[in-house]
Amino acid sequence: MEAFLDFFFGEFLVTGQPLIYGAMVSIALGSITVIAVLTYFKAWGWLWREYITSVDHKKIGIMYIIAAIVMFVRGGIDAMMMRIQTSLPGMTFLDSQHYNEIFTTHGTIMIIFMAMPFLIGLMNFAVPLQIGARDVAFPFFNNLSFWSFAFGLALFNISFIIGGSPDAGWTNYAPMAGAELNPGPAINYYLLGLQLSGIGTLGTGINFIVTILKMRAPGITMMRLPIFTWSTLITALIIVFAFPILTVALALMTLDRIFGAKLFTLAGEGMPMMWANLFWLWGHPEVYIVILPAFGIFSEVISTFARKQLFGYKAMVYAMVIIALLSFLVWVHHFFTMGAGGGVNSFFSITTMLIAVPTGVKIFNWLGTMYRGRITFETPMLWALAFIPNFVIGGVTGVMLAMAAADYQYHNTYFLVAHFHYVLIAGTVFGCFSGLIFWYPKMFGHKLNEKLGKIFFWLFMIGFNVCFLPMYFLGFAGMPRRTYTIEPEWMPLSLTATAGAFMMAAGFAVFVYSIYYSFRYAERETQGDSWGVGRTLDWATATPIPFYNFATLPEFDSKDAYVGMKDKGETTYDKSKVEEIHMPSNSGLPFFMMLALFIASFGLVWEWFWMAIPGLIMFFIVMGIRSFDYNEGFHVSTKEIHEIEQAARGEDSK
Amino acid sequence: MGKFISRAKRTLMLPAFALVIFLSGCADLVVLDPQGPVAESQAELITFSIIMMLGIVAVVFVLFTYMLVKFRYRPEKEGNDNYDPTHHGNNKLEVIWTVIPLIIVTVLSIPTVTTIFELENPPEVSADTEPLVVHATTANYKWFFSYPEENIETVNYLHIPTDRAIEFKLSSADSMTALWIPALGGQKYNMAGMENTLYLQADNEGEYAGRNANYNGSGFAGHTFEVIAQNEDDYNAWVTEVQESAPELTEEAYVEMLTPGLAANSEYSSTHLDYVDHGTNEGREYIVDQHGGELGEKLHLQGGREIWDE
Ligand code: HEM
Ligand SMILES: [Cu+2]
Ligand SMILES: [Cu+2]
Repeated sequence: MEAFLDFFFGEFLVTGQPLIYGAMVSIALGSITVIAVLTYFKAWGWLWREYITSVDHKKIGIMYIIAAIVMFVRGGIDAMMMRIQTSLPGMTFLDSQHYNEIFTTHGTIMIIFMAMPFLIGLMNFAVPLQIGARDVAFPFFNNLSFWSFAFGLALFNISFIIGGSPDAGWTNYAPMAGAELNPGPAINYYLLGLQLSGIGTLGTGINFIVTILKMRAPGITMMRLPIFTWSTLITALIIVFAFPILTVALALMTLDRIFGAKLFTLAGEGMPMMWANLFWLWGHPEVYIVILPAFGIFSEVISTFARKQLFGYKAMVYAMVIIALLSFLVWVHHFFTMGAGGGVNSFFSITTMLIAVPTGVKIFNWLGTMYRGRITFETPMLWALAFIPNFVIGGVTGVMLAMAAADYQYHNTYFLVAHFHYVLIAGTVFGCFSGLIFWYPKMFGHKLNEKLGKIFFWLFMIGFNVCFLPMYFLGFAGMPRRTYTIEPEWMPLSLTATAGAFMMAAGFAVFVYSIYYSFRYAERETQGDSWGVGRTLDWATATPIPFYNFATLPEFDSKDAYVGMKDKGETTYDKSKVEEIHMPSNSGLPFFMMLALFIASFGLVWEWFWMAIPGLIMFFIVMGIRSFDYNEGFHVSTKEIHEIEQAARGEDSK
Repeated sequence: MGKFISRAKRTLMLPAFALVIFLSGCADLVVLDPQGPVAESQAELITFSIIMMLGIVAVVFVLFTYMLVKFRYRPEKEGNDNYDPTHHGNNKLEVIWTVIPLIIVTVLSIPTVTTIFELENPPEVSADTEPLVVHATTANYKWFFSYPEENIETVNYLHIPTDRAIEFKLSSADSMTALWIPALGGQKYNMAGMENTLYLQADNEGEYAGRNANYNGSGFAGHTFEVIAQNEDDYNAWVTEVQESAPELTEEAYVEMLTPGLAANSEYSSTHLDYVDHGTNEGREYIVDQHGGELGEKLHLQGGREIWDE
């Protein structure tokens, strides 16, 4: 018993840090509140039936987005703690080890559990609507992907109260992250958390490729696809080619750490450099996975609120294809300083700079879309417009980093930190905000308050620049990244950055409040085309969107499908054409399948095979049950369709 | 409670002191103030690229502002606002803005590639003297500088002569690290079981900050060193002094220093290369053989340099 208690309080629970006790208490209180609220409103059954087991792409999308926002808060709290610690020299708020854990979880969470799921959520919500489909190609698989992601997220996040957080950076370089230099469960959480959620990402990639290739409504040819759908297709292709590399790399390091292999180790002829290569072979495409869908969103939003067709549609598509191809040919720019030699560095410098060409084309095409338009400044448009100048700053500094000889000075400094936040925040995060606010009325039946939205925008956007612009200069001043304490001469700039971070946090708080405020007070949507200027099929549906999306669809003969429909007075409810609709049934199996893998992974993290093996067996059992599941879905009667459509569209549709 | 107050005091005092510095001046941008030929060619490349980039930024910002101002929707101007909802392309323009970036990339590539190859060799200016060879080895948060020809070794600081190229032989006993002296030039990685070569040179006498730039764990922030650049006579005098007065670096003492932790500056009249070269495949397992189970130990550094220097 004593040994058990020793283990429990000595190793299992993370103890001795007041901040972590605080976090434990707030997590406990938070969970109790959620459970109490759900129980009070007798909402458990509702949650299970309507969301957890749902195969509806719209609900799955919403679940992804909610998880992403929660992770934005977690990653954001990490960011604020780092900014406080590095605001002034001599700060004793965090010690070195604690700081290291925090930037590791910040980076990993922001990329894997915030940016990617946020975009996947928006894809899930919008893409089937944009192509006139009733769901994705494999709805069951889609629910499974979500639960793989959600349990991966849970596994990664519990590390900071159970066992300790990973501390080798989001890049998790060997041999520092190997068992020789870093024993214990912390790094295992990284490996298995990412492995588990990676299954879902790969699944999403496959699902969207098939959906977009096979489920388009008649007349929506490839060259008439909305540009966000194109960006999703290309992203899905990158996922399918890049994620297996991560899967293999993680598996190999897991073999090293848990099963005593010597693939990346110091001793026994391991090849630590191989990890860096595999990681970035996935890692660079990964940054395009989180930027291309954002590009797609900006294209939709800019053309919508400039009330114009997208400028250079074909060029936009080809530019994305070229970016996707090049993204696999640049990974060495993450370690120009490894000493590979002049020829190698020159080659990768040039391939990297070449990415600027298609990106530049896209920037000018967005400007071209604004030309001769009628631009209005609704909040989604504000984010899309702010993206252009801010992203250009991130882009040109990216070109500077691509120049290997100069990169020897920028590498591992705050110049790099500034650069990647300029592309990740001004690109990905602005894109997520823009897309969320844009489609919010279709998701929840009301818009977010525009006035609060503008306060949020200005605080966050200005705060972002105040926070990250000084970091370029900190790089020139010789400040390395990942250092928990600063030299006195860096203080003026570093303190300014912290002030900016607080502005961003204040802006985000306004956003969270606006969710509540709009839920209470916003006008409810009565028609499908929420902004009045929709161009794509998603806006042709009624609000709330019927679970089958479209009762009927006309034949399309041009891009901007909904613009054509509006011209011809068509809707997605043609009474004379309504037929029975076949829809897939919900299923609880994916949840249990991934719960089983979660248990197995947790066992592996602790090297408890008595737990890992039964978990794995449970997984196969549920999979077996699925094989004998002959549920073919259900049919929606025409009567029910008429009722739903008429309720949503009002009297005049009768 | 008393401990808490003294800690709180320390937490508040340093920032207050720092605020004074805040008001008394701004950070100097060491990368743009090169002290040797390597840093200089990098600073030149950087300055050139900044100018090009500012040009691009200016063009985009001007066009962007023009679009916003000119095509903002004004209800009163409807009808004569040049609005065209179906306007969607212009081949000539699209070709232009594909070709111009291509030209810019070419213009940037040329100096980049020449500088990359230039930095693979010792600086031209000191071609008439042989570079000074210094083995720079890192081991969990310490720097070891071995001068094989002089047969001396220093820990966490090094002396170099000015106007002569230094040929650093980089390797690591454990994690991957990077030797970086921003005033003298960019970094390169130190890795276990292999050797990288980095040429740097100082033109001016003085003290420069050097550090490991590549994150390697809990002692990373303390993993720094000092560079003292001296004229040749002073440098030679220093070498002789170390040769004559410093103790030898026994294997025992060296192995002791390979345990995780920070270390004070010290100097020796022999080098660890006598018994292990971590830059070779044979030297690669050395630290694991010596310290197997202890290498995972984490440091909890608190506060700034002045605190953990003691
Ligand atoms: C919301 C405001 C944010 C702030 C104030 C912030 C701040 C920071 C800071 C100060 C660092 C450097 C830590 C260090 O090197 O010592 C950092 C690292 C990082 N951030 Fe952020 N960040 C923010 C948002 C984001 C977002 C949205 C993303 C991704 C989508 C992101 C991705 C990363 C990554 C990948 C790292 C590198 C982590 C590592 O070194 O392993 N950050 N962040
Ligand atoms: Cu990259
Ligand atoms: Cu190597």
